[in-house]
Amino acid sequence: MTPLLSLSGVTAFYGAIQALRGIDLTVNAGEIVTLIGANGAGKSTLMMTICGTPRARSGSIVHNGQDIIQWPTHAIMRRGIAQAPEGRRIFSRMTVHENLLMGAEVAGRGGIPDLLDQVFALFPRLKERISQRGGTLSGGEQQMLAIGRALMSRPELLLLDEPSLGLAPLVVRQIFGAIRDLNRSSGLTVLLVEQNAYQALRLAHRGYVLVNGSITMTGTGADLLARPEIRAAYLEGGHG
Amino acid sequence: MTALRDAFVSALVALGLFGPLVGLVAASGEHGLSLHVRPVATAVVVGLVFLGRLLIVSWRGRNRRPIAKTNRARTERLSRTGQYIAPVLLIAAVALPFTGSRYYIDLGTLVLTYIMLGWGLNIVVGLAGLLDLGYVAFYAVGAYSYALLATTFGLGFWTCLPLAGILAALWGVMLGFPVLRLRGDYLAIVTLAFGEIIRIVLINWVSLTNGPNGIGGIPRPTLFGLAFSMDGGPGTFGGFFHIEPAVIQRIDFLYYVILGLALLTNWVSLRLRRLPLGRAWEALREDEVACRSLGINVRNTKLTAFGIGALFGGFAGAFFATRQAFISPESFTFIESATVLAIVVLGGLGSQLGVALAAIVMVGGLEALRDGLSFLGDQMNSPIFAGIASELPLYRMLIFGLALVVMMVLRPRGLVSGRTPGVALTKPKAIGPDLVAEGRG
Repeated sequence: MTPLLSLSGVTAFYGAIQALRGIDLTVNAGEIVTLIGANGAGKSTLMMTICGTPRARSGSIVHNGQDIIQWPTHAIMRRGIAQAPEGRRIFSRMTVHENLLMGAEVAGRGGIPDLLDQVFALFPRLKERISQRGGTLSGGEQQMLAIGRALMSRPELLLLDEPSLGLAPLVVRQIFGAIRDLNRSSGLTVLLVEQNAYQALRLAHRGYVLVNGSITMTGTGADLLARPEIRAAYLEGGHG
Repeated sequence: MTALRDAFVSALVALGLFGPLVGLVAASGEHGLSLHVRPVATAVVVGLVFLGRLLIVSWRGRNRRPIAKTNRARTERLSRTGQYIAPVLLIAAVALPFTGSRYYIDLGTLVLTYIMLGWGLNIVVGLAGLLDLGYVAFYAVGAYSYALLATTFGLGFWTCLPLAGILAALWGVMLGFPVLRLRGDYLAIVTLAFGEIIRIVLINWVSLTNGPNGIGGIPRPTLFGLAFSMDGGPGTFGGFFHIEPAVIQRIDFLYYVILGLALLTNWVSLRLRRLPLGRAWEALREDEVACRSLGINVRNTKLTAFGIGALFGGFAGAFFATRQAFISPESFTFIESATVLAIVVLGGLGSQLGVALAAIVMVGGLEALRDGLSFLGDQMNSPIFAGIASELPLYRMLIFGLALVVMMVLRPRGLVSGRTPGVALTKPKAIGPDLVAEGRG
């Protein structure tokens, strides 16, 4: 089976600083794959490189059999890849409704009411807040909005960058639950970048560990959770 | 006590500022220029500053209310009255020529030109958040396009109007390309330079533009082919309708032309805000990275904002050329860009009604201030004010500047600063100014 997304030998730089050193990674259709690592390991950079900013300097990023490494960002996002970026980046002066419509820009005009209903079924909170301004939502609601907005483009592959950032454990569980439901019910493929390694590995089918821009370990979620070096580096010391 | 100290400091500053400005006057006497001192007038000005500051500080200290609350109440009140302001303004605008006063119609035409420019720039600055300090360039391109097409090829106003708009839009896109990656201050500098480049090219390209001498004899617009000429022949407005030809007919007609063009600009802006393109502009103003990650082509979105904004600038320019019948590069200086930008900012970025109100205040208000001050000057016979009375109208820019500063202190987000969502399931709810970011494009 050819993977939905496969990266091989991807490098990326910020000026002279090398952020990614030859990343090999595959995501198969229907999987939840997580990428864990410490601050500054290059997790978000990897996510952004898939989207084309910063552009990878070498290697290949193949999506559905096509190398997209030279594609402009907006064209990549029109291939059925959607992203809930780091820090949520919702449009704070626009209403929840407008934010969601912005997500549907790619999908074209048809079927927007159905898409909205699907998002509201997943996050009923957003329906209550529909005419409220994005910036007035709580952190958890903003994260729901960011994910909902990404789902409005009917993606095949959803890239999530630290959805648990700054959220209360209860809200994190809600959001991770929603991701699991999405994956199970509609077969949505998810690539999840997380610092919250325990939750992420429990949710994911497979995981990658990123250290200083290189992948040091890979395996199934359960496998990685059981490894002592993972436990020592990412789980103990208040992460659980 | 702090109020007293504050007022004292203000008075000192005023003394330093007005001492030379008001207190000293140069008069030509028998032995050339001589310097006179006006201690009383200076004392009056400084005293006024002292008292004013004292009042402001003590009034503020007493009325310290939670800002957010009053703002929200004010927004709601404003949005309620706002529903009536717009129709009333429109009716007043349509009815204005019936006053028959040439002065008011000319002033109305000028105000409407600025309203149209404000609405055009509002697309670029208010909606898309691209700070453009060179908007006058498109105004100039529109004006010169019409002037040159009309005088060289003998084309009429209505043929040239779309061409002028398209040419201006083309220049808008041309400006857009190099500045795609720039934001904020950097964008402002480049657009400022662009405005100056256009003006300097107009001055120096003498073979095409006739340089600083400008272009004259620009034809006036016609009403479906009927010219507004004074001979009253069969092909003219007067001759066709069998009425006595008069200059006021042309003035009225020009007024309605700019009213129509301004309303077109408004209608297009309001339509666009409800379309995905308008939403993308607003999203772009909020967060460019997020836009990109949602698959929005940021380049095209920015270019359309520049292009459509410039299109309306071009229309307004063509109108300006046909109204004045003479244009020269002098009419397209930076101060025009600054005025239009001030109208947009003062009106509240993104608000159509706010821009209209701000243009009325900025252009009409300045004119009213001049009239008011010269009237006041005529009334002052007291010897204390001798010398000031005649120059009182010259102080209008000072008063106007002060009024702008006070205005921005009191309503930092503009006259009408709420934002009505482009889509709503239920009744649109205005978003209060306390929720709208301050001082950012």
